[in-house]
Amino acid sequence: MNEVARRIIPCLDVRDGQVVKGVQFRNHRVMGDIIELAERYRDQGADELVFYDITASPQGRSVDTSWVERVSQAIDIPFCVAGGIRSVEAAGHVLNHGADKISINTPALEDPELINALVRAFGSQCVVIGVDSIADDNGYSVRSHTGTPDQMKTPGRKTMDWLREVVDRGAGEVVLNCMSADGTRKGFDTTQLRMARDVLPVPLVASGGAGDVSHFADVFEQADADAALAATVFHSGQIPVPQLKTYLLERNIRVRPC
Amino acid sequence: MSIAVVDSGGANIASVLHALHRLGAEPVFTRDTETIRNAERVILPGVGAAGCAMQTLRDNDLARTIRELQQPVLGVCLGMQLLFESTEEGDVELLGLIPANVSRLQPQAGLRVPHMGWNSVASKQNDSLSTAIDGLWYYFVHSYAAPVGPWTVASSTHGSEFSAVVRKDNFLGAQFHPERSAAAGEQLLRHFLEEGVA
Repeated sequence: MNEVARRIIPCLDVRDGQVVKGVQFRNHRVMGDIIELAERYRDQGADELVFYDITASPQGRSVDTSWVERVSQAIDIPFCVAGGIRSVEAAGHVLNHGADKISINTPALEDPELINALVRAFGSQCVVIGVDSIADDNGYSVRSHTGTPDQMKTPGRKTMDWLREVVDRGAGEVVLNCMSADGTRKGFDTTQLRMARDVLPVPLVASGGAGDVSHFADVFEQADADAALAATVFHSGQIPVPQLKTYLLERNIRVRPC
Repeated sequence: MSIAVVDSGGANIASVLHALHRLGAEPVFTRDTETIRNAERVILPGVGAAGCAMQTLRDNDLARTIRELQQPVLGVCLGMQLLFESTEEGDVELLGLIPANVSRLQPQAGLRVPHMGWNSVASKQNDSLSTAIDGLWYYFVHSYAAPVGPWTVASSTHGSEFSAVVRKDNFLGAQFHPERSAAAGEQLLRHFLEEGVA
């Protein structure tokens, strides 16, 4: 019934117009030019790209939009910009330079009304909410300021309650990053993602834990996620996008052929 | 070739302009009725709310101008929906070029709204455009959709079947975003520039 394809989304961390890779948020190594990598993923058949400006948020500045325009000129698949967007004005800059969506995380927790304002200004389809979530004594709860580990905060919100709230406020999509799984390469947290799926009428993007092609099949089949986001397995070349899609098609999961 | 991209307000028009630049075209982004009337191709993009877009078109004498155009016109996403009679989105009256109404995608169990992502289209007619795009994949983002009818060149399905590409006289419309649909989208834009709506 749901004929739309499951999406494969490489996530690129950007600093000063370069794609970087960090280990435990530190020692960022330059992976390559942002346009070259964006074009490479486009050519491989990635369905969408997320660019996460890792320097923007901790320094309290907004995204430098010059690279956004260059990306928009170069590639012909949709992309989302995350990191450092904390106002309608800043979001407008990024969208006007050609981004298809903007994603906000900590600023939404600090000022949930910002979600409504963004939806009023640009429409639900542009507004993605990123959520960092972890299991603790009270079930699943969210974390903010996760870009800088020693500044991470616990805003005291239950994950599933927060997901309901962001949808009520008009969010068009949710990226749920399961922190316990993130970086383990042992698979997505399908249990938590399934719970999120059941409260979300909007598209759900699974994030955190991808290590093998079978993990992608699991998150689509078990958690019914609409999209799966990963970084390391794509950047390292461990899982080429075309191979992943061939595998998913063999498992009868509907994806756009490369 | 002169190409006018109609400024109907709203953000994220850059990607349409960039896609035209990649094809070697030099589009003009404008609200000027004279420029639009004289262009060889007119593109009506659209992101945002139908009510805002129609208000902008009426306030700038663009609604009448667009209706009277004789050259090939392409509506994209909301720009395609504007070609119809009316929309459930705020109960807004549209340009009225295609005799049908745009309605909200009905939420059902397991069906996500907005319809966001890549979907394939199925040919509904026998002409060159319709057969050329049969089975191709395009990127969709929308919560409202137009019904299938004699105007449908290709359809897609999200819960139920809806119009993915429509045509009426010199007006062509795409519910998806050709500017974000990789090679398939580029092919459609090139077809529009080179062959018009046929």
